[in-house]
Amino acid sequence: MSDALVRERIEAIYRSDSRRVLATLIRLLGDFDRAEEALHDAFAAALDAWAREGVPDNPRAWLVSTGRFKAIDRLRRTARFDAVVDALATQVDPFVSPESEARFEEDDEVADDRLRLIFTCCHPALNADARIALTLREVCGLETEEIGKAFLTSATTLAQRIVRAKNKIRDARIPYQVPARHELPDRLATVLHVVYLVFNEGYSASTGDAVTRADLSAEAIRLGRLLVDLLPEPEAIGLLALMLLHDARRQARTSPDGELILLDAQDRALWNRAQIDEGRALVERALSSRQVGPYSLQAAIAAVHAEAPDAASTDWRQIVGLYDVLMRLEPTPVVELNRAVAVAMRDGAAAGLALVDAILDRGDLGDYHLAHSARADLLRRLSRKADAIAAYERALKLATQEPERRFIERRISELRRA
Amino acid sequence: MKYLCLIYDDEKVLGKMAKAELDAFMGEYFAFTEGIKKSGHYISGEALKPVHTATTVRSRGGKVSTTDGPFAETKEQLGGFYLIDAKDLNDAIQVASKIPSAKTGSVEVRPLEVFS
Repeated sequence: MSDALVRERIEAIYRSDSRRVLATLIRLLGDFDRAEEALHDAFAAALDAWAREGVPDNPRAWLVSTGRFKAIDRLRRTARFDAVVDALATQVDPFVSPESEARFEEDDEVADDRLRLIFTCCHPALNADARIALTLREVCGLETEEIGKAFLTSATTLAQRIVRAKNKIRDARIPYQVPARHELPDRLATVLHVVYLVFNEGYSASTGDAVTRADLSAEAIRLGRLLVDLLPEPEAIGLLALMLLHDARRQARTSPDGELILLDAQDRALWNRAQIDEGRALVERALSSRQVGPYSLQAAIAAVHAEAPDAASTDWRQIVGLYDVLMRLEPTPVVELNRAVAVAMRDGAAAGLALVDAILDRGDLGDYHLAHSARADLLRRLSRKADAIAAYERALKLATQEPERRFIERRISELRRA
Repeated sequence: MKYLCLIYDDEKVLGKMAKAELDAFMGEYFAFTEGIKKSGHYISGEALKPVHTATTVRSRGGKVSTTDGPFAETKEQLGGFYLIDAKDLNDAIQVASKIPSAKTGSVEVRPLEVFS
């Protein structure tokens, strides 16, 4: 095989398999940094060896085995870690012979390594921001520069966050394991929350001049697929469905000049039908499990929107019903606000406004721009022009994202002209 | 690995407990301590007298200053500790979550530094 061809194969294998190799090396070597070094040593060695001897039948097993040897070599050269070297060298290397390579594929330990990596990166004992950075770095393989750009944070800050998290994993001895069954619901919730935050940051960037940062959403969807693959729990399926259904509307959410378009005004021909079909099938799968959680319910709501050929024929009765169930599981003011908006669509703007006012009068969501813009929209529909303008102005004071601000400004000037 | 579980509780709440309630709370503690002795986690554990008995000492430039109480006004006060031996943080968290005060106050879990 020519050098160029080998290089191409190796690059493809790096893209598809480097995270899986890393996940196994972390388990075998017991340390994130040592495993990353070993991963790079293994790929460097492959460049040489595979050009000479051809690509092995199971490149992943070869890379794990080589990475492990390289790590032992490095440790031997720095004789300080005698105990560690002894422990590593006496481990049985499971992947040296052709027969053991076949075993590699069937090894349950290996199969679980990526889940171990995800659960460790999303451990609740780690700082919440660090969980996101560590997951994107270690599980998705993004460079710190890319993560920094996506979150508008400097690469240095992110690198520090990642280093601190790795130090805590080592110093407090956070184990590299998939949680036991009785811990799983809590621990999975933390993992799903990390994925959801990554998606939201991509879908509805919290600051800045673009409505969406597609790369982060794509990464979150990839993570969601991986989770459903490895651990098909109902809420993991629900979250993937939710992300696919929201992401399906991406093209329709902004005008060519970057302006925000709300759901009722979107051109539904621009919605990604294939993605909606996939999302709807996943919603059905999640709901049939009888363990309905908040992500599955939000996905079901998104699916009802997706099924309506136009905004007017949306089944608001069903949407309010789903919000009622969601309120029982997650009685938060934001869910209550969304339910109020759905009630306004079902029973009229006055009914919705009474519910929104009740939330605000209670002292909740006063700083949430979407509460004020939802209220403004209801007032506008009730032809209470002055009140609507005042509410939009409050929303404008609180909104930080440029396209949202421009949208509110447009509404205010439309009302002034009317 | 050794972890120190620092137990924080609101002394005012404990102080207001009726005797029967306090006895039940202490009973839970005795049962918990027995449990972690049996499971092999226990190294040591003590309860502290209330925070009004505390004295804070500082030495600066050879001069010792002594003040009463802890320097930070917090809602919950350090009231005791367990030193445990756990397999890893998850194991330590499992133990800490069963300390009776985890339900009423909070427990801080800290790995011990090892100097080699």
